[in-house]
Amino acid sequence: MPGDAIVEIRGIGKIYETGVEALTNVTLAIPPGKLSTLLGPSGCGKTTLLKIIAGLIPPSAGEVWVKGKKVEGPGQERAFVFQDFALLPWANVLRNVAFGLELRGVPRERRDEIARRQIAEVGLGGFESSYPNQLSGGMKQRVGLARALAVDADIILMDEPFSSVDEQTRRKFQEELLDLLRHRQKTVIFVTHSIEEAAYLSDQIILLSPRPGTVSRIIHPNVERARSPDEIRRDKNYLDTVDEIWQILKHYVA
Amino acid sequence: MERKNLVAIGVVWPLISFAFFFGLWELAGWWPISVAFPPFSKTLLALLAMIADGSLPRAYLSTFQPLVIGMVLCGIAGIGFGIGMGLSRAVEWFTLPIFIILQAAPMAAIIPLITYLYGIGLTSKVLAVVFLAAPVIVMNSYKGIRNTNPSLIQMCRSFLGTKRQEVVKIVLPHAGALIFAGLRLGLAMGFIGVVIAELLITPTGIGDLITYHSSVADYPEMFAAIASIIVIAALTIHGLERLERTLFPPEIRGS
Amino acid sequence: MMLFGKRVPIAFSLMIWSIVWELIGQAKLLTIIPPFSRVIAAGIVILPTEKFSAAALISLRSFGTGMALALIIGIPLGILMARVQGVGRILGLWINIFVSAPISALVPLLMAVVGIGETTVVVTVFLFAVFVIILDTQVGVEHGDRSLVEMARAFGARRHQIYTKVLILSALPEILAGLRLGAIRGVKGVVIGQLLVAIIGVGELFELYSKHFLMEEFWALVIMVFLFAFAISEVIAMMERRVEYYASAR
Repeated sequence: MPGDAIVEIRGIGKIYETGVEALTNVTLAIPPGKLSTLLGPSGCGKTTLLKIIAGLIPPSAGEVWVKGKKVEGPGQERAFVFQDFALLPWANVLRNVAFGLELRGVPRERRDEIARRQIAEVGLGGFESSYPNQLSGGMKQRVGLARALAVDADIILMDEPFSSVDEQTRRKFQEELLDLLRHRQKTVIFVTHSIEEAAYLSDQIILLSPRPGTVSRIIHPNVERARSPDEIRRDKNYLDTVDEIWQILKHYVA
Repeated sequence: MERKNLVAIGVVWPLISFAFFFGLWELAGWWPISVAFPPFSKTLLALLAMIADGSLPRAYLSTFQPLVIGMVLCGIAGIGFGIGMGLSRAVEWFTLPIFIILQAAPMAAIIPLITYLYGIGLTSKVLAVVFLAAPVIVMNSYKGIRNTNPSLIQMCRSFLGTKRQEVVKIVLPHAGALIFAGLRLGLAMGFIGVVIAELLITPTGIGDLITYHSSVADYPEMFAAIASIIVIAALTIHGLERLERTLFPPEIRGS
Repeated sequence: MMLFGKRVPIAFSLMIWSIVWELIGQAKLLTIIPPFSRVIAAGIVILPTEKFSAAALISLRSFGTGMALALIIGIPLGILMARVQGVGRILGLWINIFVSAPISALVPLLMAVVGIGETTVVVTVFLFAVFVIILDTQVGVEHGDRSLVEMARAFGARRHQIYTKVLILSALPEILAGLRLGAIRGVKGVVIGQLLVAIIGVGELFELYSKHFLMEEFWALVIMVFLFAFAISEVIAMMERRVEYYASAR
């Protein structure tokens, strides 16, 4: 296996109180430093699985091991980016980005310094004093991303982070995300229902079957990342991957 | 599994709640806080005695008269007026500030005046109910009309609906929910009005029962009377709430 | 409302009503309605008198104490009910009963147990206000932003941090709404409590003026108390509007 897995998912199952079985027998290895995507039709449990890895939801069966330790709850080595941004509406951008550090008791000067750096990195320089209700959806998600980067976790978990922004912004985000990650040794686990997004971003794509979700296939797109974004979107491997995934998912939707 | 949960919520928890409180009440009654605070058991016995000897039913007959009359008058006039306010900008301009102030105001202050003007009879009590209940009924009816979803109105106009059709087919059905809520809140105020009127004005109805037993230091009886009116008010209003939810479920109400 | 092509603000209609009041009073149509001008004059006269200031002071004191108690007990209780299921289920029934019940019925009991005096009024204010405060606090916390709580947990927030940094702030608009309704009820509590106790405060004055048919003084007092209730309600409503965006995610 290329490199020890940083996240090991062993036989995870989840049944909700309502009786709905969201996941069954999910076993996976996530390689470090790469972007892995959980992809599947609505209701296949991908967000549930992500939150189990994050330690926000307990599994009904199985275990998740992160960096050799069993997951019992949230941890400093994992950071989460939310689909609906989850920004504190009463705090400005600077405070929101520094929030993870604030919770850990990092002194104010230090955490503001770190926050400012991240704000600049995600392209929001100058907006430190703005409030969430003054920002567009795209900007809000940048804040969410900056917040996750600020705590310097090894693993970033992203729950459909770009689904609440418009198509043009979304494309730009995908490109910027790859840029941001290029120079950091982060492991990213990404959830999306967009095939193109998965094919564009991922080093490996994990296809989940519809409820109860389980691993259906693992695909490695093999897209050459060195090329420009527009070229990537016309790369043969990229297009083949998209098609291959669609052929599989087609059956689930019908 | 779901059914078991529903039964638990609907039956077991209320039972625990009742047991908890009546138990506490019983204990508090035996504690020497004050000779005037009777334990649950004595109050229950007093309640049963008063039902048996007819004093409680008679009192309620007397109390419900001004309450019902007042609510009917208030309902008809209040809803009508509120609808008028909602439909006519002119009426709204003249009357809205007054009703906004009246909603916050302690109308009870007027009750002594009503008594001195109209004496201690039915009229005073009916007026007390009307004055307390009217503001909230009017305001709710008004809001129901005013806050109709504008896109529904535009839709109606786009299909060439007349103003009358607009009012009858769109505005009124939407307002129905709020009007009903207004009546429910108005009834709560009505109960308050009639109780205050009876405590101040005597000598009939439940208020009289309360003051009488208080004056002869029959504390279990007094407390039983108080508890009974609170429970009856709560049950009636809760019943209306249930009705409201059946008649106007959130799906229909949605704007 | 348009006049000469210019928009007239709605508050101006109150001026028209004052004029109508004046006319009705001058025409002596109803004995209970003196001219508006005389009412204002009477108000200005009684305002500095000792009797009035004493009554106002007692009333404000009872109001303040009762409201403070209602907040100190009501808000934490509401939070507790929202976060601990058992407490919510047991108390919920009673809170719902008392929030719309005629609490004035309890005042005779209070008079018998606590005595005839200011304490009874304070307890009355407390009882009038506390239930709606508890209820709205509970609703505010329950429907408080789940997403934000989850976010805080994801970033390692401990229990007390979740409360202080997220929950209470996101429930704030709802809590203020409860406070506003509670304050309005509190004013009613002061008036009703004092009317029934009948020997102190503005309640006593209302009785007095009605009994001796001092209509000008009576209406002056009515206007003052009504405006007080309205003012408090509007001040809190203003605070509510300012923090409305705290619940923006809802």
